[in-house]
Amino acid sequence: MGKKELGLVLLILVIGAVTATINPRFISAVNLVNMANLIGLYGLFSIGEGLVIITGGIELSIGSMFALLGVVFLDLLVERGIPWPVALGAILLGGVALGAIHGFLITRMKLQPFVVTLCGLLIYRGAARYYTNDATMGFGYGNEGSGTLAWLTAGRSFGVPHTFIALLIVAAIMAVVLHKSVYGRYLYAVGKNEEAARFSGINADRVIAAAYMISGLLAGLSAVFIVFYTNSVSPSSHGNFYELYAIAAAVLGGCSLRGGEGSILGIVHGTILLQVQQNLVNLLGIPSSLNFAVMGTVILAGVLADRELQKRRMAAVANMGAKAARPAAAVAA
Amino acid sequence: MSESLLELRSITKTYPGVTALSDVSLSVARGEVVGLIGENGAGKSTLMKVLGGVVAPSSGRIVIDDVEHARLTVPDAMRAGIAFVHQELNLFENLDVAANVYIGREPLTGGPLRLVDTARMRALVAPLLARLGVDYRADTPVAALSIAQRQRVEIAKALSLDARVIIMDEPTSSLTITETNRLLEVIADLRAHGVAIIYISHRLDEIKICADRVVCLRDGRMVGALAREEIDHARMIRMMIGRDLKSLYLPPQRPAEPGGCDVEALRTIAFPDRQVALSVRRGEILGLAGLVGSGRSTLARTLFGIDPPLGGSITLGGEPIEVRSPRDAIARGIYLIPEDRKRSGLVLEMSITFNVTLPDLWRYARLGLVDAGAEQKTAEIQSRRLAVKTPNVQTPAISLSGGNQQKVVLAKWLAMRPRLIILDEPTRGIDVGAKGEIYALMRELADQGVAILMISSDMEEVIGVSDRIAVMHEGAISGFLERADFSEHNVLQLAIGQKLHAAAEA
Repeated sequence: MGKKELGLVLLILVIGAVTATINPRFISAVNLVNMANLIGLYGLFSIGEGLVIITGGIELSIGSMFALLGVVFLDLLVERGIPWPVALGAILLGGVALGAIHGFLITRMKLQPFVVTLCGLLIYRGAARYYTNDATMGFGYGNEGSGTLAWLTAGRSFGVPHTFIALLIVAAIMAVVLHKSVYGRYLYAVGKNEEAARFSGINADRVIAAAYMISGLLAGLSAVFIVFYTNSVSPSSHGNFYELYAIAAAVLGGCSLRGGEGSILGIVHGTILLQVQQNLVNLLGIPSSLNFAVMGTVILAGVLADRELQKRRMAAVANMGAKAARPAAAVAA
Repeated sequence: MSESLLELRSITKTYPGVTALSDVSLSVARGEVVGLIGENGAGKSTLMKVLGGVVAPSSGRIVIDDVEHARLTVPDAMRAGIAFVHQELNLFENLDVAANVYIGREPLTGGPLRLVDTARMRALVAPLLARLGVDYRADTPVAALSIAQRQRVEIAKALSLDARVIIMDEPTSSLTITETNRLLEVIADLRAHGVAIIYISHRLDEIKICADRVVCLRDGRMVGALAREEIDHARMIRMMIGRDLKSLYLPPQRPAEPGGCDVEALRTIAFPDRQVALSVRRGEILGLAGLVGSGRSTLARTLFGIDPPLGGSITLGGEPIEVRSPRDAIARGIYLIPEDRKRSGLVLEMSITFNVTLPDLWRYARLGLVDAGAEQKTAEIQSRRLAVKTPNVQTPAISLSGGNQQKVVLAKWLAMRPRLIILDEPTRGIDVGAKGEIYALMRELADQGVAILMISSDMEEVIGVSDRIAVMHEGAISGFLERADFSEHNVLQLAIGQKLHAAAEA
């Protein structure tokens, strides 16, 4: 665990302890399970967002993907009676396909990630609303077939919500991918210095596109989890702002929007911190209308603190280098 | 000589470890065109930066209108009427001509609203354009202008500042002959109006036409001056060279063999209508000399698959190859040590280990997962072999000195199987000790049968290290030199596009 993650854990513990002292309900089993459930839900897609951010890009369409994939999923499962494994597979594939389109537009058409995914945000939301004529879709009655899937996504084992277990599994896999695999190394190299990565023979386009596809895959997976959490999808509001929660979690967790920085553990901790903060607003009787304002303040404070730490670290590195180097790089060629 | 407008007295500029300018004195009179010549790295750019107020001299005085200054700031230089027409033009393409000329000092209207008075601005610019005889208007967008036309915008800007000294740095490097002649006419006209010009160029013909006087810098020193009637090619070249080169040469252990890299009729994006033909033999170090902008780096980038070739063929080891991307090049054993190692050679924030194994990471991986032990071992072996000065291989590359960073870039490729290594300015900004180590390593590689192409603007390096030299001029090879014919004079002759024999007679 790096210093950054350690700092986050400490911050979470301190905030948790303070909240628990003021309102002991914070550490009640019900509240903890509820929080774990939400952390699982939000963590899943925040990891995908984090990967994209490490490439130096951004993914703004996650919330709209939830609406579109959500209504399609319900349509397949409830209206058309397709077996749930097939419906689940279709949604995961759908997420990957959307990510692939983003990756193609960004790397091949050389469009800016912000623009591409902003258009995705608008298009998928519109498509979801058109698909159902703006009507809310739900499970209705008598779909025992999906009972297994409902249990898998919204159930609990040993009291632990499956969303949280899913997050642990996905985080473990993605941590190996990001921190141990060749692809993960390439991802950091491309995010830090795309040109040097290309000069080392790395196909940077493919690395970047793959990040959007993984993000799409995790968005598809989250879409299914969220449908079972909300039990219905109102396409005009379902998943609104979720991409911003994901970006907030990733940034809080140490991802730099300039790319090349971040870790899975950091992103998970960022998600936890955000959920603890949401919970705290409820438990401490802070008017819920202030929720966003508190969240904004927390993120701002987190990023500022991180920047100060970063500066200190850079100074340390510079000192280390100054001893070894007498740079002649300033010489006009 | 008439009263001087601007005078530099004993200007010295030292950077840590390097003296860029040493005791340089120069005076410029009203209406005088001073040609400034010197090789790459002779100190011309630094001198001009001192004049422009960008760089403060370490010692010396700058005298303007009989007032002494220890240094100039940028506003000082502007107020004194010193203006630049840069090699790379600094214009805003999204604005029109008038807006560019008056950028930062737009005539205002509307009182407190501080609106730009576009009409007045255009009216002010129009007569300047008329004076320069241009074929566009004050409201033409700069994006629609050619390079020559844009240069005229820069000159108009200088005139609008009431410039008394205009410094032109390689103003004709991207102009056609007609455009160049037109520029020389403009210069004559400016001179007639009392504007002094410092004209920096490698093109001695132009200097001969327009200069009243030529001064020459070499290794940061003013080494000579020629009056109008003394200016000729032979004299200018003699001034530019003429130092004793230290011997850096390490003779090869075995003769070069064919089967290296042969390039035929290759056309690059820098000079689409020129063709490059050269061959680097196995076991030889071929120096590629030429002036900055002669197309050497683009040739390197094309061979490495970064810039697409527009035609021609590349043969490696007798087998014709196509290089579409750096991946293709690397797969065939063509490696590039790029000119800008911080931007293209290294991921600075990553450790030495990560940088060394980046191009060949799959070799250290099982089932897609990197074997950290294996890659660290390779990094340690390479960093010991190259004597990289670092506490350990986990150190981020950013904290190493320039020489050690360059060794890490080399280590990337040495851990693989090189057949052709292209080094673009391999020792720029590197201290003498590390330079020697890098030269020794190049020789070692060559002796192992690798073909080495070394691009260098450092004359000492080109002559001292190469087994053979190819000289590039405006996108084509203007000549090859064998060791017996190595001399600064010959390299320079070819670099400025002249035939060797013609020069010998001149």
